Amino acid sequence: MSEKLEKGLEVLRAEMDSKAQAFFSSCVNCGICAESCLFYTETMDPRYTPIYKTEPLRKLWRNEYSFWGKISSALGFSKTMTESDLTDWEELVYDGCSMCGRCSMVCPVGVDISGMIFKVKHALSKAGISPEGLIGATQRAVDIGSPMGITLKTVKAMIKHVEKNTGLKIPMDVEGADYMALLSSNEIALYPEYLESLAKIFDHAGVSWTLSSDAFEATNSGLQIGNKTIAGQLVQRVVDGAEKLKVKTVISPECGHAYTALRWEGPNFIGKAYPFRVVHILELLDELQAAGKIRTTGKEGERLTFHDPCSIVRRGGVNAQPRNLLEPITENFVEMADHGNMNWCCGGGGGVSSNERAEELKLTAFNRKKSQIEATGATGVVTACSNCRMVMEEGVETNEMDVELLGLTEMIAAHLEDRPN
Amino acid sequence: MIENLIDGPLWYFSLAVFVIGVVWRLGSIIFASRKQDLSVARGAAGPAAIKTVFSRFVPHKEIVSQITVPFVAGYMFHLGLFALLFFAAPHVAFLEENLLGFGWTPMPHWAFIVASQLAFLGLIMLWVRRMVNPVSRLISTWDDHVAAILTFVVMLTGCFALLEGSTGLRLLHRFSVELWLIYFPFSALMHTFTFIPSRAFTGAWFGRRGIDA
Repeated sequence: MSEKLEKGLEVLRAEMDSKAQAFFSSCVNCGICAESCLFYTETMDPRYTPIYKTEPLRKLWRNEYSFWGKISSALGFSKTMTESDLTDWEELVYDGCSMCGRCSMVCPVGVDISGMIFKVKHALSKAGISPEGLIGATQRAVDIGSPMGITLKTVKAMIKHVEKNTGLKIPMDVEGADYMALLSSNEIALYPEYLESLAKIFDHAGVSWTLSSDAFEATNSGLQIGNKTIAGQLVQRVVDGAEKLKVKTVISPECGHAYTALRWEGPNFIGKAYPFRVVHILELLDELQAAGKIRTTGKEGERLTFHDPCSIVRRGGVNAQPRNLLEPITENFVEMADHGNMNWCCGGGGGVSSNERAEELKLTAFNRKKSQIEATGATGVVTACSNCRMVMEEGVETNEMDVELLGLTEMIAAHLEDRPN
Repeated sequence: MIENLIDGPLWYFSLAVFVIGVVWRLGSIIFASRKQDLSVARGAAGPAAIKTVFSRFVPHKEIVSQITVPFVAGYMFHLGLFALLFFAAPHVAFLEENLLGFGWTPMPHWAFIVASQLAFLGLIMLWVRRMVNPVSRLISTWDDHVAAILTFVVMLTGCFALLEGSTGLRLLHRFSVELWLIYFPFSALMHTFTFIPSRAFTGAWFGRRGIDA
């Protein structure tokens, strides 16, 4: 048995918990999950059927946990798993799954298919069977602190620009601040307007906040590649930074998987609860607006729609907040046909956008979002995830669509009432 | 001789295998390891788990039009089979005399005909789809086919037994039921019970995140 296979099977066995056994005992192979997956609906390739992507874990269950598997094994007839049972699924789970979780919403017997696919990704990554692009990004995250190789010097340079543009001081390493903000790599490299917007909003609302020079990066490549150990290391950096500054709350930025990594999976990755609260930026903005600390003026006149980032809405539970925030600043807002918990993914979640090999498939999958946007007649798409925004901007350019992508935090900042002198 | 075997020891054996097998399977799922979720919950897991056990009987409106065949056929088959199993006159009488000691009003003959037609048509539709739909064909296993064939045989022999009223056909039906009971705990038929913890686990997961799943 090869080292990779041995490691992969060891991890799969460790992942065979009560839930996995209930799920695999219940699945009747109806294939309904295929209709919920944009990688299937846009390619019609049955291999992209969500439950099929769990096959390495399911095969292990059949072989070692089912009655017939045990009987076959005892009689010497069991089909042993080979390395190809893992390597043949690498493309399916890394290129053909954005971990959007729509399949988990539609399964009639309630299988959390997305959760099972993550277990397979975990095993593959631990066995070293992952796309080169993701391995490289994860290595940079561990070595340098950011998957895009962004260092503190880069962040400081961006801060100088933001301070110049806004005339506001960006607080850094302020001990005892109420909130510690994080940034995703995309927000540092592509969308510095996010930090500008934070500065304006927090100044307007009188929020005590800070950035941390030890923990500014929210992007968690460990989660993207499916490696819980590395994901835990990256979460621990944030926890250490927050504990050092003794902040009460850590703000997850406009980034879907960062929110999942920090808010929901982080404590499980590091094996302990946090001594601070974690909120998504939309949750905080909604709280501030409800408390009357954010006062906006004016409305966007153009026809706008909202793209629900899967990890923030369907898998994160931040559903009402973006609607609450959009309502006062838009006058021509329209929902997509399938929105909220049943939205369609942009096609680039779950590390797909960091995986160069998946580029063509990602753009094919985007066709679902393209038709959704076109059906609304919107000229602007608001979202709250820098990764979704980047993927959709690429899709819009590729398809020559006349649509602008907007970040929700920036929109709020653009509509702030002037502070009384 | 065969009659005595089928009505006697084989019946009790198959019943024991069914009961012990189902309990063992459910126990092995429920008592398997499960890690505690250390994140701070936004919502309550328990009520969401219970709600999801029931809410998954109805698909989300966003997907109904894409799953019309399995949705309709699934309901036809399951409702038809449930009605036959618990409300066909011979079954009510059998349960009263051999297992429960009490009975209830069986369905009239016309309802039996409707239920059996629904069950047969639903099962055949699901089975044909399993073989012709590229997705179902790819993911189906021999177990899915054996379970479907056994269930079909049980239903078919049941109809023969009722219509012909002969001892031979009654024994054939009972024998097929015994095979079905023995196969049940070790097969996809277990979804009859395991769908409950499966839905509950997922409902709890979504519930503690404050998501209506």
